[in-house]
Parts: sequence; structure tokens; C-alpha cells
Amino acid sequence: MNVVQAVANPVDIAYLITGILFILGLRYLSSPKTAVLGNRLSAVGMLIAVVATLTQGIVNWIVIGSALVVGAAIGILSAQRVKMTAMPQMVALFNGAGGGAAALVAAGELLKYVNSGTPITYDVSFTSVLSAVIGALSFAGSIIAFLKLQELMTGRPITYPAQQVVNALILLVILVSWGLVVAGVQPVLQWFWIALGASLVLGVLFVLPIGGADMPVVISLLNSFTGLAAASTGFVLGNNVLIISGALVGASGTLLTVLMGKAMNRSITNVLFGAFGAVKTSTAAGGAGHGGQNVRSVTPDDVAAMLAYANEVIVVPGYGMAVAQAQHSIRELADQLEKKGVAVKYAIHPVAGRMPGHMNVLLAEANVPYESLYDMDDINPEFERADVALVVGANDVTNPAAREDKNSPIYGMPILNVDKAQNVVVLKRSMASGFAGIDNPLYDDPKTVMLFGDAKKSIDSVVAGVKAL
Amino acid sequence: MISAHLLAELTVFILAVFVGFEVISKVPTTLHTPLMSATNAIHGIVLVGAILVAGQADTPFAGIGGAIVGFFLVLLASLNVFGGYTVTERMLAMFKPRRPAPKPPADGAQ
Repeated sequence: MNVVQAVANPVDIAYLITGILFILGLRYLSSPKTAVLGNRLSAVGMLIAVVATLTQGIVNWIVIGSALVVGAAIGILSAQRVKMTAMPQMVALFNGAGGGAAALVAAGELLKYVNSGTPITYDVSFTSVLSAVIGALSFAGSIIAFLKLQELMTGRPITYPAQQVVNALILLVILVSWGLVVAGVQPVLQWFWIALGASLVLGVLFVLPIGGADMPVVISLLNSFTGLAAASTGFVLGNNVLIISGALVGASGTLLTVLMGKAMNRSITNVLFGAFGAVKTSTAAGGAGHGGQNVRSVTPDDVAAMLAYANEVIVVPGYGMAVAQAQHSIRELADQLEKKGVAVKYAIHPVAGRMPGHMNVLLAEANVPYESLYDMDDINPEFERADVALVVGANDVTNPAAREDKNSPIYGMPILNVDKAQNVVVLKRSMASGFAGIDNPLYDDPKTVMLFGDAKKSIDSVVAGVKAL
Repeated sequence: MISAHLLAELTVFILAVFVGFEVISKVPTTLHTPLMSATNAIHGIVLVGAILVAGQADTPFAGIGGAIVGFFLVLLASLNVFGGYTVTERMLAMFKPRRPAPKPPADGAQ
């Protein structure tokens, strides 16, 4: 049987190679030793795909070329200058850019069909609205996340009456106009723009009520959205490299979202719609141990002595460390302590900070070797053996109420068992309660001492104290 | 009914999702931020779509207004790609193992 086979388009072969390089790139991220290579493989894959695409009958060279160059310049410059502590908002911005681009690609492709009068297949109509909806959600949501993280707007949840009802109505508008596009009800474009516009509004509204402490979940989720939007444009354009890459990113974002949810023992729905940390500053608990009558405040020199004569110290960093930019001072403190023969380890809670792995990056920036960083499950048994747990700007993730108090809003959330250490030193700006507005009984514990003030300045004073000993 | 074309694409998509879960689940928590930023860069692949839509002769983004939209579209995607890879590279360069850490360069500044 002699079948004449169509020869594959060389561009599609290039796209296949790109897909393979992306997968290998992610595969190499499984170890810090190979991760750099992984990222470069992935970048080479991207280069191949872009160059291959540029051979595809491109005529608008001025528009494409100038946009490429300007985008590259802004992207590279801002990526080089951004501070490591500002990484979550940077990731949010790039994520929004990708989502917005995906929505516009879908819009452009649909416009092409309408302009040329080509009949629109269900494949195209369904997936073009899908790309527009998810892309616009991700774009608008990422912008709000950026504004919150950059503190251009309050990080507290913003709530208003009937929030869920409003969201549901907007979702309904999106679904109806989507249906009208797919059914081919004229004017198709109008319904498309309505779906896209409503998705932008929904993107804004769905991130507004989410508080700063839940940002790791939101950032992961938005990342997954942009991935799916990119995959969906792949369906619109009939382009496999977009489908594969988008699917990879979607899978990664989803996995991280689920991990973050688990780390807080909360469902994704609760994170998204719970407005966790809204203005309920005092929990209804009332009565016992309410904020700070047994709190013991100490001086940096006291802390220096405690640490210097310890055998093992576990540092517990939180978002407060990022805010105070205290990671370099902490590293210096650890160096001084190690010189005196003290073992220093770091305990990382999965949702410490504002994005997955936030603390790890900051400590890596301060040259803390990654072997010294321990995940929650690995370090928790270790606290019993530790002489001092040094809590730097972490609150809710150390709150024993999550383990013991069934009435606590964070009951059931896995925490770092710092209260099992022989002594606990808590660095905190003031006695204000943590993000979730929940009292932390740890501070009333007789073995806990508090060192109030800016974390960086406090640690610097402790370092001076240790050196003087 | 689902077209053969769409079914083939769905197959690719589903398999890629499984590969994604498989590969990503092996990434250690310490690298989760670089992972986010690496996948961030990867979804910059919509740049391919952006170039196709805005660059070909039948682009719907014609005229001055259209050119501005096309420019903006490619700009967003390009920003995503270049920013994403640069940030990831910068972050990954910071992750160091314990051994070589205590020695600053080689000029014995100690």
C-alpha cells in the first residue's frame, strides 16, 4: 500500500524541539545543581520557537521588531534591577503580561475570521473565548495582586456587601456571552468583547478580597491561569507548542496552588472566597491570655548571650524578614554563631512570605547554603532538641493555637512547632497581632522572650552583642 | 461533535499536563520561587501566537490603531519572555551549596 505522506512542516519540527527543551528544562529544576542549565535549555527552546515563527510570512517587521526590542529591554532591565524582596510582585507583573497577551491573541484570531468572512468552527469559537476569559482574568487579577504586594493599595481583604452575588452575576454574563459566540449569534464580536470585558472586571473583583497572607495561593493560581490561557490560544491557532507549554505551566501552577492550600489546611475555595484576615482584629475568644500581659521583653545583649551559649539554634523566618530586608543580617548572625560552635538551621514554612519558596530565595540571596534550609516536616521533630528558636517576623505559622485551640480560625493549619524548643526568641515590630488578626499564645509562653523593633536593626545589635562576648 | 483535529490537540494537551505534573512534583520546595518564575517565562510562549497574529499580512490589527494594538500585544509577550528568563537566571545563580561558600573570590581578602 503506497500512501503519499505529507511532509512535516520544518516549523512544526522546531516547535517539537522547543517542547522537549521546555520539559527538560523543568526536569533539571529538580536540583539546585542543575537548575541553571535547566533554565538555559528552556530559554534556548524559546529562542528556537520564536526564530521559527519569524519565518512564517511575517510582513509587519516594524511593529514586531520594535515591540520585541522594547519588550526585551524593559523586561531585562526590570528583571535585573528588582530587589529579591520584591520578587512576588515582579512575578505577578510578568504573569499579567502573559495573560493579557493570550487574551489579545485570541481576540486577534477571532477578528481575522470575522474580517475574512471565514466560517468560524466550534473549535475556534469556543477556545478563543476561553483564552480571552482566562487571559483577561489572569491579567486583571495579576495587576491587583501586584498593587497589593507593592503596597500601592492595602494588603487587607477588601470586602463589600453581596460580593459573592456580584461575582456570580458577572460569571453569568461571561457564560451567556460565551454561549452566544459559540452559537454564532450575530454580532459575534460584540459578545466576545462583552465576555472579555466582564472577565477583566471579575479578575479585579476576585483578587480584591484576598489578603496578603494568602498571596502564595493567588500567585500560584494566576500562574496556572496564564498557562491555561496560553494552551487555549494553542487550540485557537492550531499550534502544538503553545498547547504543550501552556499545559506544563497550567500543571505546575495547579500543583503549587494545591500544595499551598494544603500547607494552610484550607480549601482553595476558602482562600478565594473566605476574605481571610478581614477586619476581625479581635477574635471572639475573649477572656484568657488576651494579648500580652505575660510578655517578657529583653535586650539584644540578652539574646546574644542566649544564642552564643546554645548548641543548636533554629531560625524561623517570615514575611517580616522580607519587609525589614533582614536576610543578610541573619546570615551574619549565623556566621558568628557557627564560629562559636553553634549549629544553625533554618525552618521554612511552606506559606511563609508572599509566594511559594519566598524565604528560600531571600536566604539564598544572603548566601545561606540551601542545605541549611529545612522543610516543615523535616525540622519539626528537631525543635525539641534546639536550645533556641529564633522567630524573625513570622507569626501565624508559629501559632500553637493552630494545634490546640479548636475555636481558632487557623485551627488545623500545620505549623512550625517552635514552642517545643527550650527557649523561644521572637523578633517583632510591636505587639500588634499577625496578619490573620489572631492572638498568638506563643508570646505568653514562659519560655518565650520578645525583642521588639525593626528586625534588621535588632539582628544587627544581636550580632554586635555576640561579637563582644 | 468533536472534530478529529480538536481531539488530536486535546490528546497532546492531556499528555502534556501529565508530563507537567510528573516533572514539577520532583522540584524541591526550596526551588519553588524559581519554578514559578521559570514557568512564568515558559508561558511567554504566547509570543509565538502574538507574532503570528500581529505580523502576518492578514493581520486584523491593520492601520495605525491596529498597529498600536499589535505593538502592545507583542510587547507584553516579549516582556514576559525576556523578564521571566532573566529573573529566573538571577535567582538560580544565588542558590549555592555549602562547600564553596566561605571562600570569597581568590584574592585572600580575609
